[in-house]
Amino acid sequence: MRLLLKGGRIIDPSVALDMEGDLLIEEGQIRAIDREIPADEGLEVIDCRQKVILPGLIDIHVHLREPGEEYKETIETGTLAAVAGGFTAVCTMPNTKPPNDCAAVTKFIRDRAREQGHCRVYPVAAITVGQRGKRLTEFADLKEAGAVALSDDGHPVADAFLMRLALEYSRNFNLPIISHAEELALSAGGQMNEGALSTLLGLKGIPKAAEEVAIFRDISLAALTGAPIHIAHVSTKGACEIIRRAKEAGVPVTAETAPHYFSLTEEAVAGYNTLAKVNPPLRTEEDREAIIEALAEGVIDVIATDHAPHSVLEKEVEFAQAACGLIGLETALPLTLRLVRRGIINWLRMAELLSLNPARILSLPGGQLRPGSPADITVIDPELSWRVTPEGLKSRSKNSPFLGWEMKGAAILTLVRGRVAFKR
Amino acid sequence: MEKASFPHRHILGMAELGRAEIELILETAASMKEILSRPIKKVPTLRGKTIVHLFFEPSTRTRISFEMAAKRLSADTVSVTASASSVVKGETLIDTAKNLEAMAPDIIVLRHPFSGAAHLLTRHVRASVINAGDGTHEHPTQALLDLLTIREEKGNIKGLKVAIVGDITHSRVAHSNILALSKLGAEVWVSGPATMIPPGIERLGARVTYKIEEALAGADVIMALRIQKERQGRDLIPSLREYARVFGLTPERVSLAAKDCIIMHPGPMNRGVEISPEVADGPYSVILDQVTNGVAVRMAILYLLLGGSREAVA
Repeated sequence: MRLLLKGGRIIDPSVALDMEGDLLIEEGQIRAIDREIPADEGLEVIDCRQKVILPGLIDIHVHLREPGEEYKETIETGTLAAVAGGFTAVCTMPNTKPPNDCAAVTKFIRDRAREQGHCRVYPVAAITVGQRGKRLTEFADLKEAGAVALSDDGHPVADAFLMRLALEYSRNFNLPIISHAEELALSAGGQMNEGALSTLLGLKGIPKAAEEVAIFRDISLAALTGAPIHIAHVSTKGACEIIRRAKEAGVPVTAETAPHYFSLTEEAVAGYNTLAKVNPPLRTEEDREAIIEALAEGVIDVIATDHAPHSVLEKEVEFAQAACGLIGLETALPLTLRLVRRGIINWLRMAELLSLNPARILSLPGGQLRPGSPADITVIDPELSWRVTPEGLKSRSKNSPFLGWEMKGAAILTLVRGRVAFKR
Repeated sequence: MEKASFPHRHILGMAELGRAEIELILETAASMKEILSRPIKKVPTLRGKTIVHLFFEPSTRTRISFEMAAKRLSADTVSVTASASSVVKGETLIDTAKNLEAMAPDIIVLRHPFSGAAHLLTRHVRASVINAGDGTHEHPTQALLDLLTIREEKGNIKGLKVAIVGDITHSRVAHSNILALSKLGAEVWVSGPATMIPPGIERLGARVTYKIEEALAGADVIMALRIQKERQGRDLIPSLREYARVFGLTPERVSLAAKDCIIMHPGPMNRGVEISPEVADGPYSVILDQVTNGVAVRMAILYLLLGGSREAVA
């Protein structure tokens, strides 16, 4: 199939390209980018005037729930939500059932994605067997089976020595370690951000220090071992400051945050709204502003969604019993566009945060629009207004605190390897 | 009494109640107390109404108080006790609520170990919901009976100095009382081990001091809270012995308070830990009055929620 995207605003952060023009796709690859490419016979032309053409968005932190909890999400439904949200690739965390701690599970995910996936799916494997924090998984096997990174995600490695070993050993295989930074002794039993509101609601709080202590430890270990560390879902002002200082000191650290941390505060849980229960918890306005600043200044490298589907069984319950997590693949783009519209980041920086940096950090294809590179492309209508409703979401679960919100901006065309994976 | 115009369908916490509504409840409770002093302590006000007491946490005292209040007003009552330990993913609360709903109760009184459970219940039933204690959130009827007791003893609440001493973090009674007392103009002080003072308690209306003597100095009302040695799996204080020595209400400490101060405790008491026997049974103790007022306050709430009429009480 040959496709011509005509007259769009083409953004490529890898070469700081921001121009109006045409983009030609042939055999799944980008063939040419120019001010004007003539449309010859047999070429399908898509009018992209008033639209923005970005390198396909890459979400390095999602939960697809397969294998094991297919009633929440499957690789098929999760990737459908991904392409509808403009993502051409997702990295799926290892807390499946069974956990992705061996080559067989990694391979299962790859195979299932090949058969049923709507976009690229890269498995993130566990650091320790069963995510139990006792013994390292077989990094070589996992790498060969297709894992692109390692993380124990929601079960952070509590043993600092084991974390040191993981970082050291990861250097042999170029497998970045992703740290879910949480000091469990400080967060135990916590339900939301610790502060006046948690006291008022009678919910046990999680102090910001639970996150910051853990980030500090992992950054120290990265400095010690020289191995790169990627900090997942940063939520506090203090965390941004620790990461800023580490980067200035030359430690190989990168970091991500999620749209809910720059769009919401702890106030969203008032009334015991379990849809806003997430880990780390939503923080305060001061933190939210610091996260936005860190995104603008380059302290935070990536916007990832931490897309975490849960059914009503896990959410329509007492707050203390409710599962943590919210879905984010279909709302990430408009929430990030709010920052662009406010002039906090420009289109190039947005493409860096949602595509180029994720690709670079995990050494994935994509992140750029260059002749010869795979045609993973997202076309955005920045002015399209829509409302978040359960019926409108492709994800199998509907646990979004943004239900009912009016959004502006959406992917109207998502191409994966040059094929139309989603069209609005 | 005029037909009450009570603007709420549920009693979830003192946070939701305004000053005028609190006053209305207290005034109504005062007239309910008159019924309790009659030889035949029963009026037909709520005849034909059904009240379900749904208790996921053991509490003989609160349950009996609610049941007695309902019976004094001639309502039909059903008690359901369920173990919250069997609650997996919370289906039990909503499933139980839906089953009860099918029997069309007018009021559900809920006691539950998780904060916000009463809020959750309101989303699944048509009945009015009374929060009889949810997790570490609120226990509004306890605060209301405390207010009634203080008002009886002191005449007014505005301008009083109230000292609440003990485990503030885990006490829903303290949370409700801080909100209620500060709404009515009292100066509320909290004190206790720093490990038991939650962050942001000032935002609820309390002043914090780590010197218990400062909280007690000139206090008109002293509320002792129950100390449970183990909270959430970790010891928050080194020993009960040290607690009693440093924070316990002894006659010496109480002597710092106003000459006519009153001593309150939501019960059950650990005598010799948070309160010495001399203080608990001393002349300033109004602990048993609190229990009596509990029935009156709960009658008032049932009456107001179901919009009882003047004739029925007469």
